[in-house]
Amino acid sequence: MKLLIVNGYLIDPTQGLNGGKNLLIEDGRVAALVAHNEGVPEGAEVFDARGLVVAPGFIDLHTHLREPGQEYKETIASGAAAAVAGGWTSVCAMPNTDPVNDNPAVTRFIIEQAERAALANVFPVGAITKNSEGAELAEMGEMRRAGIVAVSDDGRPVPSAGVMRRAMEYARGFDLPVVDHCEDRSLTAGGVMHEGNWSLRLGLRGHPALAEEMDALRDIALAELTGARVHLAHVSTRGALAAVRRAKERGLSVTCEVTPHHFTLEDDAVRDYDTNTKMCPPLRSHEHVEAILEALADGTIDAIATDHAPHHADEKALEYDQAPFGITGLETAVGLAFERLVHAGVVGLERLVQLCSVNPAKIFSLAGRGTLRVGAHADVTILDPEHVWTFTASGSQSKSRNTPFDNWTMRGAAVATIVAGRVVYRRNETTEAAASHR
Amino acid sequence: MGLASKHLLGISELTPAEIVHVLDTAETFRAISQREIKKVPTLRGRTVINLFFEPSTRTRTSFELAGKRLSADTINISASTSSVTKGETLLDTARNLEAMSPDFIVIRHPSAGAPHALARICRAAVINAGDGAHEHPTQALLDALTIRQHKGRIEGLRVAIIGDLLHSRVARSNMHLLTKLGAEVRLAGPGTLVPAEFQALVAEGDLRVESRIEEAIEGADVVMVLRIQRERQSAAFFPSLREYAVHYGLNLKRLGGAHPDAIVMHPGPMNRGIEIASDVADGSRSLILDQVSNGLAVRMAVLYLLAGGSVLNQNMLAQTKPETATTTDTHAGTTTASAPAERLEPVAAGQTKSDDKRRVKSADHN
Repeated sequence: MKLLIVNGYLIDPTQGLNGGKNLLIEDGRVAALVAHNEGVPEGAEVFDARGLVVAPGFIDLHTHLREPGQEYKETIASGAAAAVAGGWTSVCAMPNTDPVNDNPAVTRFIIEQAERAALANVFPVGAITKNSEGAELAEMGEMRRAGIVAVSDDGRPVPSAGVMRRAMEYARGFDLPVVDHCEDRSLTAGGVMHEGNWSLRLGLRGHPALAEEMDALRDIALAELTGARVHLAHVSTRGALAAVRRAKERGLSVTCEVTPHHFTLEDDAVRDYDTNTKMCPPLRSHEHVEAILEALADGTIDAIATDHAPHHADEKALEYDQAPFGITGLETAVGLAFERLVHAGVVGLERLVQLCSVNPAKIFSLAGRGTLRVGAHADVTILDPEHVWTFTASGSQSKSRNTPFDNWTMRGAAVATIVAGRVVYRRNETTEAAASHR
Repeated sequence: MGLASKHLLGISELTPAEIVHVLDTAETFRAISQREIKKVPTLRGRTVINLFFEPSTRTRTSFELAGKRLSADTINISASTSSVTKGETLLDTARNLEAMSPDFIVIRHPSAGAPHALARICRAAVINAGDGAHEHPTQALLDALTIRQHKGRIEGLRVAIIGDLLHSRVARSNMHLLTKLGAEVRLAGPGTLVPAEFQALVAEGDLRVESRIEEAIEGADVVMVLRIQRERQSAAFFPSLREYAVHYGLNLKRLGGAHPDAIVMHPGPMNRGIEIASDVADGSRSLILDQVSNGLAVRMAVLYLLAGGSVLNQNMLAQTKPETATTTDTHAGTTTASAPAERLEPVAAGQTKSDDKRRVKSADHN
């Protein structure tokens, strides 16, 4: 099975590639990179990418797929459909399912369901502690053997520095990155939005920025002590970003990601109490958003991740302080990144590809991904930087509709997604493509 | 002139002119409650639902009486007796009430923003009677009315707001209102309950957080004391009530620092001996019961204005059955018998006066 992507503009920072090339894919792997004027090999299907950017497949380090246990919010199949519709060829599934992915049986189940869905690659992230309770270590080695790529107690951060130290020491033995959602819960108890002028005005309890910074400082100190690979999830504050910047200067193995909603919206978005502005960490104030943009530009931030967190409409239709945290994000991330970062001049296209593909592959050690080198997995994201489109929640592939970006018009989109050499999504053919794979 | 918004969700959305308009309207309504027959037909045929998810004495009674004195049908629903106890969500409760076509939903709720959620789905006018720690607009309006009656103005007055500001919706509504009308507002209380960020609450206006309550009270024309909200304090914000009373309670000695003619206000319910000493609460400068009386007038004004009331004419003040009452009220005395209130009420056309009486009576039994 051969696929030739012709007339595209290839961007692959791993090979210093930034120009016109045809990309030949054979049996799920990159077979060759050839000049535009070379002929079509016999038996190859042709994908015309004229005017489009061809990039190594985008990898989302932070996705909540909800299966097993909360299939009414999302399934692995629906989440994978949303992923490919948003340009993501791979997603890393956070372990806070029911049951928690804290043992190899759950890990294997997730991988099998993903194989059945046959859309995006799904890489499970295992829990750090049993049931993510922050006490006893989960079976990281066994889960590693079953297929996890990292460990995290996302959403229920390990409160004890002592437990986190042991987790890092242990995870290092399996070369597993430890992912932490930085939040000192003694500072955020009862909080539902960023603590600042808006929380005070709206009468809502706040999460101080310091709660993230303090936990980030703790994790960085522990990374230094243990030598573990530490990845900080959805960093949203100036202080935590400064801490990561210092850690990198000192050569520690510390990386971090940021979400599109944190560089797009500020805490004033909560003003009408729309529960689709409620997530954790919360939307921050202007100074923090500025710090995120600076850190995206200067390289402190390694990756853009969605923190796609589907919730049923009934759950979000509660009072603001009662509604669950989280918004969907797989289908809006690339559009927002173009709109807020590329077209706004914060980062160039090459850096976007690093943030969404090259670096995520490195951070979770996904061999043969995040690159279009010959022999790599043929995961490709095809982008149209000028495509103007409007996202509608009702047209989403996700089972959930909890997004603050309903009816947002954006310039720039992923227009086709290729996983293992197979075109699993093409814009305007969304419904058929995704439906046929369900 | 009515109000720009169909709902009353907070003071922050009101213009200074709208606030003054509500106060002026309320002034006119005060007269009605001083009559023997305390009822006018202005809102006859309208329905007011009081939806209370938190305990309340003053506000609920006040809204209920306000509706009844304007001849609206008023219904009270409290969370403990509603389907909320069966797990019904707020929005489902609201949709079901909407199906019965009320004209007003007055809501009190422990979650900030609950009235806003209702306003998005309801045709009825939504009135915020207190949402979490966000706003309590009618309380601020009645406070302003009380201040204006005793000081003749708001602009240029020094107002101290002391106590638990963090959890207080009354404080937030008052900060908006008083700064919009040009008062100098000084805030003070324990550092845990008065974050310095309050200074940024309003875009314009003279609002300052003082580190000691004596500084806030110094030279004040008005001292507002806020209740310690024990029910909202999930963590300890101060060591003990005893210590609070000693260091932050308003007593006669502390009040001595205020302007000699300073007035004292409290939104109730009071914790006597904690945030306010009894001799201050019951003293000659205390206007706590005036606040309650004014609350009724303000809520009548709000219902009237949200119902689309425009020019407040004397007809509106006509009593339902003037012939049964000996008209001693001076305001009503200006009303001529030939100018019945029905002019404001299309449905009343052709009704006889005895019809009026029956209808009003039946409304009273709801």
